[in-house]
Amino acid sequence: MKFVSAIIKPFKLDEVREALSNIGVQGITVTEVKGFGRQKGHTELYRGAEYVVDFLPKVKLEVAIKDELLDQVVDAIEKSAATGKIGDGKVFVFNLEQVYRIRTGETGIEAL
Amino acid sequence: MKKILSILALVTTLGFGLMGNTFAEDAAAPAATAAPAAAMPEAAAPAAAATPAATDAAPAVAAAPAPVPNKGDTAWMIVATVLVLMMCVPGLGLFYGGMVRQKNMLSVLMQTFMITCVLGVLWAVYGYSIAFTQGSTPFFGGLDRLFLAGMTPDSTAATYSKGVVIPEYIYMVFQLTFAVITPALIVGAFAERMKFSAMLLFMILWFTFSYLPIAHMVWYWTGPDAYTSAAAGDAANALAGFIFQKGALDFAGGTVVHINAGIAGLVGALVLGKRIGLGKESMAPHSVTLTMVGAALLWVGWFGFNVGSNLEANGAAGLVFANTLLATCAAASSWMFVEWFFKGKPSMLGAASGAVAGLVAITPACGFVGPMGSIVLGLLVSPLCFFFVTKVKSMLGYDDSLDVFGVHCVGGIFGALATGVLVNPALGGTGVYDYVANKVAPYDMVAQLTSQAWAVGTTLVWSGVVAYIAYKIVDILIGLRVSEEVEREGLDTSEHGERAYHM
Repeated sequence: MKFVSAIIKPFKLDEVREALSNIGVQGITVTEVKGFGRQKGHTELYRGAEYVVDFLPKVKLEVAIKDELLDQVVDAIEKSAATGKIGDGKVFVFNLEQVYRIRTGETGIEAL
Repeated sequence: MKKILSILALVTTLGFGLMGNTFAEDAAAPAATAAPAAAMPEAAAPAAAATPAATDAAPAVAAAPAPVPNKGDTAWMIVATVLVLMMCVPGLGLFYGGMVRQKNMLSVLMQTFMITCVLGVLWAVYGYSIAFTQGSTPFFGGLDRLFLAGMTPDSTAATYSKGVVIPEYIYMVFQLTFAVITPALIVGAFAERMKFSAMLLFMILWFTFSYLPIAHMVWYWTGPDAYTSAAAGDAANALAGFIFQKGALDFAGGTVVHINAGIAGLVGALVLGKRIGLGKESMAPHSVTLTMVGAALLWVGWFGFNVGSNLEANGAAGLVFANTLLATCAAASSWMFVEWFFKGKPSMLGAASGAVAGLVAITPACGFVGPMGSIVLGLLVSPLCFFFVTKVKSMLGYDDSLDVFGVHCVGGIFGALATGVLVNPALGGTGVYDYVANKVAPYDMVAQLTSQAWAVGTTLVWSGVVAYIAYKIVDILIGLRVSEEVEREGLDTSEHGERAYHM
């Protein structure tokens, strides 16, 4: 099993969600986050006082999937979240040791 | 609790101590009392007494019936008063509140709200009397209206037209709204770092020793009805406030409100020092949206402020309305273009600041300049204020948190001086009305600018000195600044025990 965590542009969230649903991903967790990578921040100006805003708003989404789905998931995210401009985000992939469904006590792939 | 009681005791002592002093002076002087509406008998010496309640106390004038307030004027003044109150709460509170950091939002709202309430009470107790009755000097009024003594629904106050009066109760509450918004303006200069208790005590001191005398000096006169001949005019002039006697024009409070508050703000910013982390941490406004809402409420309310200062619902009120609207549009536009040009982007905060700068500048001028004059005034004031808030402030290094000095004092000074020029009938102004000749007097630019400079200079020095002493007294008694820990935590939770937002 794999755990995929992706940082994307906030306005791309709906497209990514749809692309993932289409390939059979059944659950997604979304968090509003702030951060920076190569895009860096921007400056804001209030009555002449300049503030550098380092951390830009992004959305982090997390999905747990079976191994066979990994390539499709990464591909779906890459395609749906891309604008071609700097700041599109990143996808991180982890090995997932175990999953438990709290309600039924199912484990492993059954619990995904 | 003990601390609060001792503060209250102090306030009471100070308040009544002042009254005692003024009262003593008054008793020593030849009992001269002439309230605004008094009809001045032609032969009367300055000592002649006439109270608004006894309007038939002028036997020298052929038994003219006492003027009765016009219902239209009265209705307009009631509305105008409510509009100015809306400028104070919530207008100014939101305008300032949006510009501070989230952790200090409530402290600003609370300060403007409570200044309005506490000083509103003091206005009725002694403020109105000291500002708007005849005193023994041209600097302070008397004590005739202490606790609003003798005021009845039939009492009247003079307007700018002979034989036209409005109910004195309405005049009193209209002036109340001015007396509370002026101190509330100062809050912006020391926002985010002053103790609430210190702020209250300072405001009471400053209101008593700066606002009241300046209002008296600029606005107190016996009303146009006294100007029946050159001699009577001179006699009436001698009873008016110090700056009024100098011939200064201030229609709705450029000196009394904006320069007065602005310089007290600058002194405050200097005495209190900078906020912790200024220049290192982000002090960006937490909600420019609320600042825009506040600025918009101020703008709407300002029609009560300026047009209400005309005291009558007539053609002159129409001119004041047009001027107030046009100057603001022009100033917001010019701020936007200047900012766009020099800083690259037109900002909402800049537009709101420009609108307020325009309103400030047109305040002394609104009844004296023509519509095109008001546009010129608006176009010029914004670049000047912009230069002060973006350049001069950082050059001199004072931390006027919300630019009370840069916008209100600088804009007020510019407006006061420009009034002296743009009042010129040749430039579309109304000219200065001569109540003795009952026509517009010949215009003399040097004389008028000198008068305006007297008003500006007197207010700057008087208010600056009073403010400095008041800050120092408060610093010794309770300390001006909150502790570093409180400042970092934010004034909302530590001073008021609540938070503006639960998100």
